[in-house]
Amino acid sequence: MSARLTRPLYLMMLPVLIITCAFFLIPMGKLILISIGGEEGGMTYWHALTDSRYLSSLLQTLVLSIATTLTTLTIALVAGMFLARNRFPGQSALVSLLTFPLAFPGVVVGFLVIMLGGRQGLSAELGLLLDGSRWTFAYSIVGLFVGYIYFSIPRVLITVMSAVEKMDVMLEEAARSMGASRLHVLRDVIIPALKPALIASGAICFATSMGAFGTAFALASGINVMPMTIYTEFTLGANVAMAAALSILLGLITWLVLLLARSVSGANTTPAA
Amino acid sequence: MKRSLSYYLQLGFTLLICAFMVVPVLMSVAAGLTNNYFQGLSSGLTLRWIEEVLALYSDTLWLTLQLALATLAVNLIVGVPAAYYLASSSSRWARIFEELIVLPVAIPGLAIALALIIAYGGVHGLRTSWLFILIGHVLYTLPFMVRAVLAVLHSINFKTLEEGAASLGAGFFRRFIDVVVPNCKGGIISGALMTLTLSVGEFNLTWMLHTPLTKTLPVGLADAYASMRLEISSAYTLIFLVMLLPLMIGVQWSGSRLRKPRA
Repeated sequence: MSARLTRPLYLMMLPVLIITCAFFLIPMGKLILISIGGEEGGMTYWHALTDSRYLSSLLQTLVLSIATTLTTLTIALVAGMFLARNRFPGQSALVSLLTFPLAFPGVVVGFLVIMLGGRQGLSAELGLLLDGSRWTFAYSIVGLFVGYIYFSIPRVLITVMSAVEKMDVMLEEAARSMGASRLHVLRDVIIPALKPALIASGAICFATSMGAFGTAFALASGINVMPMTIYTEFTLGANVAMAAALSILLGLITWLVLLLARSVSGANTTPAA
Repeated sequence: MKRSLSYYLQLGFTLLICAFMVVPVLMSVAAGLTNNYFQGLSSGLTLRWIEEVLALYSDTLWLTLQLALATLAVNLIVGVPAAYYLASSSSRWARIFEELIVLPVAIPGLAIALALIIAYGGVHGLRTSWLFILIGHVLYTLPFMVRAVLAVLHSINFKTLEEGAASLGAGFFRRFIDVVVPNCKGGIISGALMTLTLSVGEFNLTWMLHTPLTKTLPVGLADAYASMRLEISSAYTLIFLVMLLPLMIGVQWSGSRLRKPRA
């Protein structure tokens, strides 16, 4: 009976496999070949990791992504705990407003940062009012950081909220009734219970930040995050081997972080939007 | 009920974050409808900028819609059967395939776009065609479709339903179309909405894959941000938000609908 049920199963998978092989595996294979096929051969990777221009770009992107991840996790933990635990009028509207920007592409986020901290932005107007000078932060690393937090909050918040909803309230009450302070409950009960969700969403947040291109592009700041460097190498520098090598390094980093997070947390880490 | 101080501190913090997310959007909407943003709202409201954007960029709107629908069509045709295979098969290969499908989401779009250009950029006619962007969008959105359908298939006992249909003489494809697909409708709808939303907003891949004749809305936005006055950029952003809004509402609605029966 069940043998008859499952017979032509491979046919169902075939189209996806063809698409994935033709448009993902083969191109990725070619990318690797190109990256070691330049004038310098495999030395391109050595070059990518030692030349100060590429190295500083990589380090800047790493620092920016780690800072974004930690800040976003903190914000999402506080807001997510609050929104999942309390019922008040307008609460679902608040959740909708906080998660709506999930679908904004990076370029739009960059533009919104200019609205906040650009030459004609909100903070510039505020600065004019307060001390007569335009306060701008959009075109520096602060602008990037603000933008990265902006697009990270919705996705991390959703994960944290659903994890809080599944959490056992009894544990917390037990800890509190035995005299644990708020801080102790947070440290010893809440954070450990949410750890898988925090690790999973943190890893997604990190990976998205590492690969984010649109925000840096829209802000056109002098800061060369990795995707920007790859883009410049490819289009302006016409250094295809270096662009390919940097892409592979970047892809390896994000993939390994997601893989590691999944093996540690056991949770599903598929980046959302 | 009396609320504690910490309640109000948390509420204040959450509202602050909400303001951070919403205020720049409102500013952008206002700027797109104002005659002169630097003089403020007192310069009067206008639809002039919207009209100008429609005159300049309406082709990007149509291409974006066309791409989103085509991506959806491909995802439905290949993604739903794939999810069914992954849910039915317990072989080691099924797990490997699942990893493989999800892999493109774990790798930055720029890297995938670069790989596609290197591999197929030289194919005559493909580089300049919108189909080149379609390939990128399918790679990027397919995992979300497969995951959404897979989640529903894991939660229902479709094997029993199928065996029932089989005992009545229904063949394999008949069972798939008449039994499996209707039963995972919720997952298909949610995956479809996700596909449309992601495709409409995709930039990382699309920026690399586009040509001057195949510009999507986010690509046009980047263009406008770099070269147009603030009002036009804002009006263009407004049009984009209007396009996105029903999709986002749909995603939230289908998400809450899927969650309810289990809770």
